[in-house]
Amino acid sequence: MDFLLSEREELLRKSVREFAEAEIPPKIEAMEKTGEFPIELLEPMARLGITGIIAPPEYGGVGLGYLARTIALEELGRVCAAIPMAMQVHHMAIAALNDFGTDEQKQKYIPPLAKGDTMGVVAVTEPSGGSDVVGMQATAELKGDKWILNGRKCFITNSHTSDFWIVMAKTAEGAKGLSAFIVEKNHPGAKTGRVEHKIGLRGSNTGELVFDNCEIPKENILGQEGGGLAVALKTVSESGRPGMAATALGIINACLEEAAKFASERVLYGKPISSLQAISFYLADIYTELDICRLLCYRASWMKDQNMRCDNENAMAKSYTCDAAVRCARKAVEIHGSYGILQEYKVQRLLRDAVVTVPAGGTGQIGKVVLARAALAPYRKKK
Amino acid sequence: MKRMIVCVKPVPDPKAWDRLQMDPVSKTLIREGIPSIINPLDKHAVEAALEMKDLFGAEVVLLSMAPCDAYPVLREVLAMGADRAVLLSDKAFAGSDTLATSRILAQGIRNIGEFDLIFCGNFTLDGSTAQVPSQVAEFLDIPNVMHVCDMEIPNTQSLLLTQKIEQGTVKLEAKPPLLLSFTKDANKPRYISFMEILAAEKREIQTWDNANLNIDETLIGLKGSPTQMADLLLQSKQRKGIRLTGNPEEIARQLADKIHQLGII
Repeated sequence: MDFLLSEREELLRKSVREFAEAEIPPKIEAMEKTGEFPIELLEPMARLGITGIIAPPEYGGVGLGYLARTIALEELGRVCAAIPMAMQVHHMAIAALNDFGTDEQKQKYIPPLAKGDTMGVVAVTEPSGGSDVVGMQATAELKGDKWILNGRKCFITNSHTSDFWIVMAKTAEGAKGLSAFIVEKNHPGAKTGRVEHKIGLRGSNTGELVFDNCEIPKENILGQEGGGLAVALKTVSESGRPGMAATALGIINACLEEAAKFASERVLYGKPISSLQAISFYLADIYTELDICRLLCYRASWMKDQNMRCDNENAMAKSYTCDAAVRCARKAVEIHGSYGILQEYKVQRLLRDAVVTVPAGGTGQIGKVVLARAALAPYRKKK
Repeated sequence: MKRMIVCVKPVPDPKAWDRLQMDPVSKTLIREGIPSIINPLDKHAVEAALEMKDLFGAEVVLLSMAPCDAYPVLREVLAMGADRAVLLSDKAFAGSDTLATSRILAQGIRNIGEFDLIFCGNFTLDGSTAQVPSQVAEFLDIPNVMHVCDMEIPNTQSLLLTQKIEQGTVKLEAKPPLLLSFTKDANKPRYISFMEILAAEKREIQTWDNANLNIDETLIGLKGSPTQMADLLLQSKQRKGIRLTGNPEEIARQLADKIHQLGII
């Protein structure tokens, strides 16, 4: 087995790290205050190749694949997790279009995403929830040469910063009754609704989409009619979960750095607190979690790049890494003592951000449902 | 404008400086096992060359004298957008002082061929002598401008340069061929894009040893280096307190005298 990253991947990490460390920190205060994505970062991120990292070169992307994407998101998340949160959802839209789009749809919609002219959105979740995909309420009905879409989507990342959205709706009852649509914000009857104010990942825009007799051209169905469940599941499983996991992985990196730095500088009883076993064991825990999560995330993304099935591995990476980010951030806050709850210290943001990664991008529990199914598969009785 | 050559140097990563040691005999840095980065000011030199290339088009060639493990660092600078790189690497070059280094770089430049401009960082992070750029220019018999903090390029025939001096700045107009060395104020080096990372994988890094350069071996390496390090001493930066005694007037007088003595006012 070869656990070493290639020269290309190491250089990519370095490039994103340099960019993230220089360009993101000046934006964080405003992100925390306003809850808005710093849209001015989109253009430089596009120039770097982050927006189009998984998009094929023929559609204006870089085509570097999923391991490269995970490394890039991890590095962004190390500085501020809201940025990779927005980016990973953006990548989900590219993945959905690339996997299920017609050539015309790819030509029209992937280049503006890859070049950062707009942001990508995949809208599945509704007020009644997102885990029960088949139970969604939004409907689409074909009338003449238009689909008429009605319903409401909520907790949608990049809802207000995108010019078009990939939206799931029912075209018939049951699992085979879901379809995916590309809805442009200027389609009649398409509107953005309220903006949510989250406790963490504040710089990633989250809000509602409202469709009131929204008219969509017939050709804007993405994939087959009734094939929406496949679009949702493949996109969430192969792009959403690893993206969310990489975001949380970035948080764990930051937890270790902040905690180790503080523990080395803070002196109690005449020595740095890192010399106290209680503190050093916390650091050892975070250090180990970082490695576990990095291995889980990199393996799942590497498998995707090899065209291997990786839904279980991505579910494992997502559910474990996001939970681990909360554990690590909590330990990092504790190591900081009362300083950890002050807004001047980064660790409080890490904890708030980590908490938000757990339900986002397919809840940790749904990930565990997938994993339990895999664990039990050899023992399932044939009917 | 046909060709610009940028001298770049891998230097020990400042994050690993606490692990750096000196060779007690040669008094040179032991670089083995210490990760290298590109000398930060060299990135400004590369950026200046690339800005020129963006405007007028020209080949940008990187030139570096370093051990063979410098490839990743050169690959990184190639990914900024340079066209190719030449690595000058030979055991005979080891231990070169600034004069011998400049001689080797100048010969490397002659071997590359015709050029319009040579770009350097003003100094390197490890040696900090700032002697190499002007010595290279002397060997090549071309003018050089150091401390360039701004460069305007109205056309390929002349450059408008701002040179930082102790009391301010000097504006200069200069015509190629010449050598320029840049400060950090000159520009903001571009980030390495993923597209350029991929493109740089196909760009050539040539390695030349002294068989290619054919320099008299008594003029390079330790043998060709007139600078010999006598000794190295660690500079102490500890604060030192002085306790003044006497009545308040006497203490005030002593304090005022001390301030005068130190030349503070």
